[in-house]
Amino acid sequence: MEKFVPLGNEALAQGALDAGMSGIYAYPGTPSTEIMEYVQRSQEAAARGVHRQWSANEKTALEAALGMSYAGKRAMVCMKHVGLNVAADPFMNAAITGAHGGLIVTVADDPSMHSSQNEQDSRYYGRYAMVPILEPADQQEAYDLPKYAFELSEKHAIPVLVRLTTRLSHSRADIVRGEAVPENALAIPPNLRQFVLLPAVSRRNYAHLLEKQRDFEREAEQSFLTRYEDGPDKSLGIVACGIAYNYLMENYPDGCPHPVLKIGQYPVPTRLVAQLVEACESILVLEEGAPLVEEMLRGYPFDSGKVRGRLDGTLPRAGELNPNLVAKGLGRDVPEPGYNTPDILVGRPPQLCDGCPHGDTYRALNEALEAYSKGRVFSDIGCYTLGALPPYNAINSCVDMGASITMAKGATDAGLAPAVAVIGDSTFSHSGMTGLLDVVNANAPVKVVIVDNQTTAMTGGQDSPATGQIEQIAMGLGVPEEHVRVITPLPRQHETNVAVIREELGYEGVSVIIARRECIETAKRRRKSS
Amino acid sequence: MKYDIILAGVGGQGVLSIATIIGMAAVDAGLRMKQSEVHGMSQRGGEVQSHLRIADRRIFSDLIPAGGADMLLSMEPLEALRCLPHLSPDGVIVAEQNPLVNIPNYPALEDVLAALRAYPQATLVDGQGIARALRATRSSNMVLLGAASAFLPLPAADLEAAISKIFGRKGGAVVAQNVEAFRQGRGLTTTAQAG
Repeated sequence: MEKFVPLGNEALAQGALDAGMSGIYAYPGTPSTEIMEYVQRSQEAAARGVHRQWSANEKTALEAALGMSYAGKRAMVCMKHVGLNVAADPFMNAAITGAHGGLIVTVADDPSMHSSQNEQDSRYYGRYAMVPILEPADQQEAYDLPKYAFELSEKHAIPVLVRLTTRLSHSRADIVRGEAVPENALAIPPNLRQFVLLPAVSRRNYAHLLEKQRDFEREAEQSFLTRYEDGPDKSLGIVACGIAYNYLMENYPDGCPHPVLKIGQYPVPTRLVAQLVEACESILVLEEGAPLVEEMLRGYPFDSGKVRGRLDGTLPRAGELNPNLVAKGLGRDVPEPGYNTPDILVGRPPQLCDGCPHGDTYRALNEALEAYSKGRVFSDIGCYTLGALPPYNAINSCVDMGASITMAKGATDAGLAPAVAVIGDSTFSHSGMTGLLDVVNANAPVKVVIVDNQTTAMTGGQDSPATGQIEQIAMGLGVPEEHVRVITPLPRQHETNVAVIREELGYEGVSVIIARRECIETAKRRRKSS
Repeated sequence: MKYDIILAGVGGQGVLSIATIIGMAAVDAGLRMKQSEVHGMSQRGGEVQSHLRIADRRIFSDLIPAGGADMLLSMEPLEALRCLPHLSPDGVIVAEQNPLVNIPNYPALEDVLAALRAYPQATLVDGQGIARALRATRSSNMVLLGAASAFLPLPAADLEAAISKIFGRKGGAVVAQNVEAFRQGRGLTTTAQAG
């Protein structure tokens, strides 16, 4: 058999296929994108007809996955951590409806913010919704996990949150595949009111969810992802969550001398924690992301002083862990790096590609805005966010998907007019359309520049949901046809483009300027494959 | 046996192809491996690093401990300097000597190369020059891999087999070019070691 050396994301995807998944739903976002991409490339998924198209955003994706679960089949929805903010409404309420067919909500967190605007820890969402959380430590666990998770989900009729972090998502290792199981048959829920969250049903379902918490904890205690490993040196006991376990064991290749509680499933298995606390003089908590378990163990106001971790400075409060930080936290001698970087070293920040259409758009926009005071360009999430850096220095905000349009509206409400919103085509279809409706209803002097490269470029060129429909969407939302303008961001079109933007800046209502030219990376790939 | 490699370069220079080839050769040789990659924003013309670990036993961490890498293999000289803290005091450096200048404040090239040459086990390679002479400008990363291969605990034949597999779908001519680039690179360090 061919050796299988998948990324953590790919291991999870193959594990889900082998566990009888009938559909995967997602919107691209680093570090989660490769889960869906793997299924889209899989011949097996194609042969089985597994649903594998991108959704317009994480909320629509989660709702569709819930619908597939309603119909009795196994479904998975995948997103990056901030995507769960977008999908928070269906996520919180799916905990109340419960699942029918197995439902996995996979969220890839990005501690250290390698490619994200924050490092929120999705385990808090899992606790908030009171659903089981699974956190694999390595690629093999990521592969083995979906089968277990679907069974857990169906056994307790509850969605299961799977939390990955960047280093597992984007690291390869050799793993062993197991037996595949068939997909579920189509079946409606036995109770046709289970998913009708009228208050009377919600109260009953919620009471049931509360009752289930003890079962969930027992499952976490017995999970294949959780393990109590005893050790002779009881001066210290270590709680190691998710991939933090790897950094611990990297320091003790011949076995850890201290008792270790490896946690890979939540709610926190308190009986095992109590066993560790009782046996050991002090406790070190290692977790990737926020100090969630550590906070629970500290238990204000009865903090015994036994617990160490991110909150007392034993480990850094922010950012991802690594073997050296964990070594320091263990109080081991950490050898200083053999070599330091010389003083001549300079940074090499990411930048727009040579020939990128966004560069041409920003050059035209900057020139058209020369007549106005600075600081009126709101932007969004995508490659074009790099327009904040030199040489463009063209944008003044980047907050969350779609915020460019609505923040620009708020600024015009305050009197900063005209204001400009720069948003990509995929981001516009994800979360920009509703904001544009607000702008239209107020006829606010917002100039929405949709940088339409006809793809979701930042994450590697996935299909963009509104390709070919942007003018119709803008007009359908009520932008006057004469103020829906299309420009071609090319150097030779510069003067024309500046003139169009200037004209629209002079108009007192809402304008949409579509700067359309295909992403040069996807264009290159298309030429190569044809 | 355990061998840890930091791979470095700039987005688009083929860092991940090299990682894939070494990783494939290691797994085919029955070794364990872990290899972390960089995706997303930093790929846009920014610095790219990959941690590649091979061993004959279980590997825990996806990241190589600082100061622990046996080799620093870089497609770009400035990026080699950036990764120095990862290198073990007795580790080797194999780096491309031709810079990729896409920032306005790139330091003077002679200073960068001098800083690298100051390390006891540094090999600077004219990968781009060799690849150009082979009329295979995109294969400079294979020249670097060849130069590095003399130090790797993997037989050259296994690496060549992995190159053939990776480039196989692009046709025999592309495979031959890349294998030749690999061999020329390997010639640089095997002769140097023999001498």
